[in-house]
Amino acid sequence: MNETMKVDRRDAKLAMAHIYVAFVALALGGLAGLLQVLVRSGKFTLPANISYYTILTTHGVLLGLVLTTFFIIGFQFAAMSRTAGTLSNKVRTTGWLGFWLMTIGTAMTAFFILIGEASVLFTFYAPLQAHPGFYLGLTLVVVGSWISGFAMFAHYAKWKKANPGKTSPLLTFMSVTNMILWLVCTLGVAATVLIQLLPWSLGLVERINVLVSRTLFWYFGHPLVYFWLLPAYMVWYVVIPKIIGGKIFSDSLARLSFILFLLFSIPVGFHHQLVEPGIDPAWKYLQVVLTFMVVIPSLMTAFSMFATFEMYGRSKGATGLFGWLRKLPWGDARFFAPFVGMLFFIPAGAGGLVNASHQLNQVVHNTIWVTGHFHLTLATTVVLTFFGAAYWLIPHLTGRVMTKTMNRLAIVQTVVWAIGMCFMSGSMHFAGLLGAPRRSAFSTYGNSPQALEWIPYQIAQAIGGTILFIGIILVLVIVTNLAFFAPKGETEFPVGEVAETAERTPFVFENWKLWIGITVVLILIAYTIPFIDMIQNAPPGSKGYKLW
Amino acid sequence: MHMHKFEKIWLFFGIGSLFVFLTVIGVSAFAQGNQPPSCLTTIDPEKVDQTPPFNKPGLVKTGDNEYQLNIVASAFAYTPSQIEIPKGAKVTINVTTKDVIHGFEMVGTNVNMMVEPGYVNSFTKTFNEVGEFTILCNEYCGAGHHLMTAKVKVVDKQ
Repeated sequence: MNETMKVDRRDAKLAMAHIYVAFVALALGGLAGLLQVLVRSGKFTLPANISYYTILTTHGVLLGLVLTTFFIIGFQFAAMSRTAGTLSNKVRTTGWLGFWLMTIGTAMTAFFILIGEASVLFTFYAPLQAHPGFYLGLTLVVVGSWISGFAMFAHYAKWKKANPGKTSPLLTFMSVTNMILWLVCTLGVAATVLIQLLPWSLGLVERINVLVSRTLFWYFGHPLVYFWLLPAYMVWYVVIPKIIGGKIFSDSLARLSFILFLLFSIPVGFHHQLVEPGIDPAWKYLQVVLTFMVVIPSLMTAFSMFATFEMYGRSKGATGLFGWLRKLPWGDARFFAPFVGMLFFIPAGAGGLVNASHQLNQVVHNTIWVTGHFHLTLATTVVLTFFGAAYWLIPHLTGRVMTKTMNRLAIVQTVVWAIGMCFMSGSMHFAGLLGAPRRSAFSTYGNSPQALEWIPYQIAQAIGGTILFIGIILVLVIVTNLAFFAPKGETEFPVGEVAETAERTPFVFENWKLWIGITVVLILIAYTIPFIDMIQNAPPGSKGYKLW
Repeated sequence: MHMHKFEKIWLFFGIGSLFVFLTVIGVSAFAQGNQPPSCLTTIDPEKVDQTPPFNKPGLVKTGDNEYQLNIVASAFAYTPSQIEIPKGAKVTINVTTKDVIHGFEMVGTNVNMMVEPGYVNSFTKTFNEVGEFTILCNEYCGAGHHLMTAKVKVVDKQ
């Protein structure tokens, strides 16, 4: 094995570059979020004619696309350098190329949003038409991420060549799986942007097929959330066991769950289009069934995590049914932040099942319930896990150590986040059930008694959002400290070992031809016929509108 | 590949309940007809005003206690925006848009659908209680999105 204990300094620089951009995005996107909840409380209006929807677009793009993609790619480069050996110069240079393309693309996208030429939200549904620069910027972000993905594949291939007949390191395997998922799903958004939106916004074609564009977007939009989630699962499966002093429950089951995510997270985009015209409900139902299949690897993950915790607690002499809970390192932010994230995933997953439940979706579709849902999944489960990872990853990469004070602050940060999110997401869920729409500025809808009922919940959202903004300030203080001011020293990049009782990992998991083949077949089954229908029975296309 | 006995039990009940859920919503959809709004009718979005029934939007009686409510969405209004429905009426709501994508949500009911250029979307509901409902746009459509609304009054005609 050419596993190194420490990420090479040059690889660390590449990873840190990504992490800096991610946290700058968090700062700006978080500020936008604060302004939104304040506007929706009805007690505050934006100064200088700034539009609520410009702020909303900024928030979605910076936090949904930039924070996540940059952190994930940085984290995965570090994880692969740590577990499959130092990157070759070629791979590293390719990684830098990817980084700069993504960064230039982000700056370009942000520019056109902020000058008000692209208030189309991060889903940019046609026929609302943004400036071509907005679509071009997004294209650069995606192409940059592809280049980094190929760099990771090359690194993996080199490891395989040097270690014939061996099972690849778990973190490397997981990073590769996540990048395959990303490549397959971004083909959809790339297709709609390059073939439809960009030529249309440049005036080369006059009209656009709206339903095809939305369908390509959601072909990408749902696996996108699994692209966010899988790195969190990497931390849970591989890093957390080492932090608590335990072992990985099973290497094979961890790999199996990742393969299941690859297979089932893509052919499910229709569950975002359940109340949409132009798609036969039987095809919607098929994708609902496939959506439910993607719950299985999450059930497996939940089992593995708690098995690891219990095995560790019992090995330390815990007794009784729940005695092992007391043995866990509650004072260690590297464990505590991701653990709180895991707890939030329980209601988050249950809410997700509601959203995907065919006709039940009508109750909550496009209400603020949905916003509440993904502020649990992405903005709590994933983000708290990323914060927890940053607490060892950043000092490892910068050659520093986290002080006790910073660790305590990180514990406080996690508690602040949990409280703020209970207020904000909780009241979003309740208001959503009462019908309050998502993605809308403050409105009483002509003093409608139904809309007036939502206002107390909107005030609760503003309180929760303000608490969360304090949480963002805290994490930025910690991250800045870890990157620039913490004492010099060595911090471990924790990588768990597999429990002795676990069996050997079968080779079938690295049969990529097989898994990619099944993925493609499932996508073709779920999409071919409805997609042909959409094109054959297409209505006249739409011209572009700029209604903001 | 070995699985722990407890994991087998956990997955058996977990996956089992997924299939129970799927059966419940599947029976509701295919046997009882509770499908989500998925109308397949297309329309030229630039000729909505000339295309029946949207050339004369509003409530039309189609049978004994059965009605069609045809609504045109456009930035940032619904036509008509004040609607009266007799109590007990079974109403098929047809909506289309003249410009961008809109939402059509009747607050407090299961009437919630996407309205997309080129398509008609449709949902049928029986109004058994008198009262007032707010209709609003729940898909971002531009600067006036949050002002896009209409009112439905269910009235007792006897």
